[in-house]
Amino acid sequence: MQKQRLVIIGNGMAGARLVEEILAHQGGDQYDIVVFGEEPYGNYNRILLSNVLAGSQDSADIFINPLAWYKEHGVTLHAGSRVDAIDCTLKCVYASDGTVMAYDKLVIATGSSPAIPALANLYTPERKLQKGVFAFRTIDDCTGMLDYATQARKAVVIGGGLLGLEAARGLLNRGLEVHVAHVAKHVMNVQLDTMGGKILRSSLEKMGVSLHLQKRTNAILGDGQVEGLGFEDGSTIDCDMVVISTGIRPNIELAQQAGIAVERGILVQDDLSCSVPDVYAIGECTQHRGCTYGLVAPLWEQAQCLAERLTHPDSEKLYLGSRTSTKLKVLGVDLAVMGDKEEVDEDDEVVVYSEPSRGVYKKLIVRENKIAGAIVIGDGSVTPRLLQLFDRRSPLPENRDELLFQLSGESKEVNVADMPDDTQICNCNGVSKGKIVSCVKSGKRSLKTLCDATRAGTGCGSCMSQVKSLLEYAAGDALVEDPSIHYYVPGVPLTKPALIEAIKEQQLRSVSSVFAALAGGKEDPGSKAGLASLLKTIWGKDYEDQRDARFINDRVHANIQNNGTFSVIPRMYGGVTSAKELRRIADVAEKYQVPMVKVTGGQRIDLVGVAKDQLPAVWNDLGMPSGHAYTKSFRTCKTCLGSEYCRYGVGDSTALGINVEKRYQGIETPHKLKLAVSGCPRNCAESTTKDIGVIAIEGGKWEVYIGGAAGASVRKGDVLCVVDSQEDVLLYMGRFMQYYREQARYLERTHGFVERMGIEKLRQILLEDSEGICQRLDHDIQSAVDSYVDPWQEAHAPATPAQFANVLQPVEQVAAL
Amino acid sequence: MSMILKTGQVTYNLGPLARLPHGEGRTFQIGTHSIAVFRTRNDELYATQAACPHKGGPLADGLVGDGKVVCPLHSYKFQLATGASIGNTCAALETYPITLSPDGDILLSLDA
Ligand code: SRM
Ligand SMILES: Cc1cc2nc3c(=O)[nH]c(=O)nc-3n(C[C@H](O)[C@H](O)[C@H](O)COP(=O)(O)OP(=O)(O)OC[C@H]3O[C@@H](n4cnc5c(N)ncnc54)[C@H](O)[C@@H]3O)c2cc1C
Ligand code: SF4
Ligand code: FES
Repeated sequence: MQKQRLVIIGNGMAGARLVEEILAHQGGDQYDIVVFGEEPYGNYNRILLSNVLAGSQDSADIFINPLAWYKEHGVTLHAGSRVDAIDCTLKCVYASDGTVMAYDKLVIATGSSPAIPALANLYTPERKLQKGVFAFRTIDDCTGMLDYATQARKAVVIGGGLLGLEAARGLLNRGLEVHVAHVAKHVMNVQLDTMGGKILRSSLEKMGVSLHLQKRTNAILGDGQVEGLGFEDGSTIDCDMVVISTGIRPNIELAQQAGIAVERGILVQDDLSCSVPDVYAIGECTQHRGCTYGLVAPLWEQAQCLAERLTHPDSEKLYLGSRTSTKLKVLGVDLAVMGDKEEVDEDDEVVVYSEPSRGVYKKLIVRENKIAGAIVIGDGSVTPRLLQLFDRRSPLPENRDELLFQLSGESKEVNVADMPDDTQICNCNGVSKGKIVSCVKSGKRSLKTLCDATRAGTGCGSCMSQVKSLLEYAAGDALVEDPSIHYYVPGVPLTKPALIEAIKEQQLRSVSSVFAALAGGKEDPGSKAGLASLLKTIWGKDYEDQRDARFINDRVHANIQNNGTFSVIPRMYGGVTSAKELRRIADVAEKYQVPMVKVTGGQRIDLVGVAKDQLPAVWNDLGMPSGHAYTKSFRTCKTCLGSEYCRYGVGDSTALGINVEKRYQGIETPHKLKLAVSGCPRNCAESTTKDIGVIAIEGGKWEVYIGGAAGASVRKGDVLCVVDSQEDVLLYMGRFMQYYREQARYLERTHGFVERMGIEKLRQILLEDSEGICQRLDHDIQSAVDSYVDPWQEAHAPATPAQFANVLQPVEQVAAL
Repeated sequence: MSMILKTGQVTYNLGPLARLPHGEGRTFQIGTHSIAVFRTRNDELYATQAACPHKGGPLADGLVGDGKVVCPLHSYKFQLATGASIGNTCAALETYPITLSPDGDILLSLDA
């Protein structure tokens, strides 16, 4: 089949996206694609010009498709070439570089231009803007401003709309004194109501932008170079730089001259066709069902729809208009607007919260129990949810305040629907939103199947909540609840309490007996380590240890590394060591040629890169106990100097830390436990972000924190109790540990556990003994302490054949039969 | 029980079954071949290539059960009998014929 020629006029956001979409539909096989772009570049992200002006991004970094991309994809780009005329009868276009190009299909994507008001003395005799006066639309505008700003002192932005304020931010960052002159009573009057405008105004003023409201500019002052502005009311302001940002005007002239129907924009139908056959239009130059748009979201939808229509002639896809919402940072202020800004019907319900002193304003317009409009200033945390409810037209909870406030501690959700497809969701496995969504669409509609199929969420796990939201978003009502998320381990279909009960009742003391009795004999390898940990907690000394149920680290008591070697971290109680100990470590490092000796984040020393078969000898020579830097257990207790040496210390943190570590070393737990003791509230041991943290306070007291975290998640711990003695610290610590061992899911860190249980509830149970179990907890943790054996003792008597062998050799070659 | 040898294959005696602990694997070095040999809890034997196709993790150090091995480095799963990858896009593992001799020795065959 002969290829048709598709000509696209305009290489901006819409035009270039259309090309991408068409290529994604394999349209390159159907069409010779020819693009004319007036700007002499590939395609860049216009939105990011604000960042370029503000200096937070380099102009080189905003290119989406460089010139080479077009070549690679077989797209002919006439960059720097303007189309001057279209002949719809002959079906060809005439470009400024002399090209005459016939088309089978034509798409107009000429965008819009800054609407420049008629100001006296605006132009030079050559019809150029006066020196020092700028519009803000293209990368060249941006470069021009940046060059000029280096020698300018005071700038006035004409127009206090979104773009004007972005320009103001940019220039403020460049060190200029910045003023904004605006005709209306408040800034961003298109998007904001009066109160919102007021709040934003005071935030802007606090940042140093001077606002001049209700000022209509009518003249540029200065001769050969801008020296000021004149206003209609006769007043003036002096300045040496001006940015005009008074709106946009769709670029319709080209179409109009070709006899294509236009009003404010080029008129398009729901199939994006114009009034002339084989001509289409998308982007800011269009007018669809009476609307013109000035944001990118609608044009993504338009490009998608048109690409499908052009590549699939029988496609019925229609563009039905967009509901726009905007989420941005104007001068560092979080701002989101969607839908109506004022009530329209009498029945509209308006919910408002305003706190001018902090620059916070939130307003909801509710119609038929759905969001008809919202304005949120100064609090980005609630925006994602609102946007989602708005986009999906979802019914609202009865309590409107839930919508306007985020409970403290709640982790911030991002609006997954809003994210572009190529956003990387899982940073460990490099899984994008697009991949997750398409996987859900292909049928993986439970969290587990989705994670298994994409590997998203299977690394550090910090993206899990986003994966969940994406699943909900993509699966909608078809979401499948996965019963296994309630199981303690995936391979045994029981919750933790039910599992514990069955284990106790049937006296199951080994992992294989659990599989046999409770999982039909199927030994799920992914469940072994979790079961081993639980059995150890339940049976203590009476646990029947099966080595194959352990993860390799727990078989050889060291942490496996990416090349199959291991790291050895001897215990250094409380992070305190001695010259003798250090010397021994140094000797071992030398003798075994340990590739790296590293001080860890846990206040001890790591011998990194030890071969498996050297482990026993290394431990032997070290003569120190294992630091347990590998297993799901008590790890370390960091300490600071404390009262012994520090001039601020009010408690002996090192002594307590050493006692803590000596007492609880090696205790198995559902996930690792990292502790710290600080000698005063300066908190040098970072106790507040530990699983259990202790801080000495004035009066000989100690605060005990639980559920802190500073790993993949960050959470400040909650105070469990304040006690008077080191003994009590050890007591409550142990009690909490035992309760965590019994109640937490496998691999649930304390921060998740404490949050799930609630600190109030934990206090009742562990301090007030509301369940009458404290004595038992204290007893059980004591037995666990008593049954501890240092695993490095196995250096002398290996537990399994060839436990530490790197490789084994065959015995002989068998003679052929 | 004896093993039918295809021509062009060489068989090695890896020693008595007791050389391998229940439910674990060990890496054998046979000439230039590194081979992971597994003994399940019910005494089935499997042999696969030693290095995980993902990033070279030592498969013999992995957790074994239900006919699968889980690589210790990033938890990719593979079927022991066929070497097929489970839930990941890695190529299948090489697998090798392995059996127990009448005397209780582990016999492994390789292409010569
Ligand atoms: C050695 C050390 C880095 C260092 O050189 O400083 C380290 C090394 C590892 N960390 Fe860590 N972490 C080390 C301190 C930390 C700290 C800081 C601390 O302990 O004060 C944190 C933040 C606090 C925390 O625990 O959350 C930390 C948060 C993590 C996490 C994230 C846990 C989370 O969900 O938030 C993991 C992943 C996991 O546990 O699943 C992790 C996992 C790992 C593993 C074990 C990865 C693995 O499974 O193989 C790393 C072993 C590397 C190796 O080749 O041996 N490491 N890791 C530190 C050992 C401390 C020690 O002496 O025991
Ligand atoms: C500084 C700035 C910040 C913005 N920030 C945001 C934001 O945060 N969020 C948001 O949603 N939107 C934002 N916008 C708006 C957004 O950039 C536009 O909605 C979008 O660029 C419109 O795309 P378009 O393709 O229709 O027009 P354009 O991107 O303007 O592309 C049109 C292209 O056509 C070319 N052209 C015109 N006529 C011809 C011709 N005759 N021959 C050949 N080529 C021609 C032009 O040179 C231009 O390159 C911002 C705009 C600016 C300027
Ligand atoms: S030591 Fe911790 S932070 Fe560093 S690479 Fe390993 S897991 Fe990641
Ligand atoms: S090396 Fe085996 S899973 Fe990564």
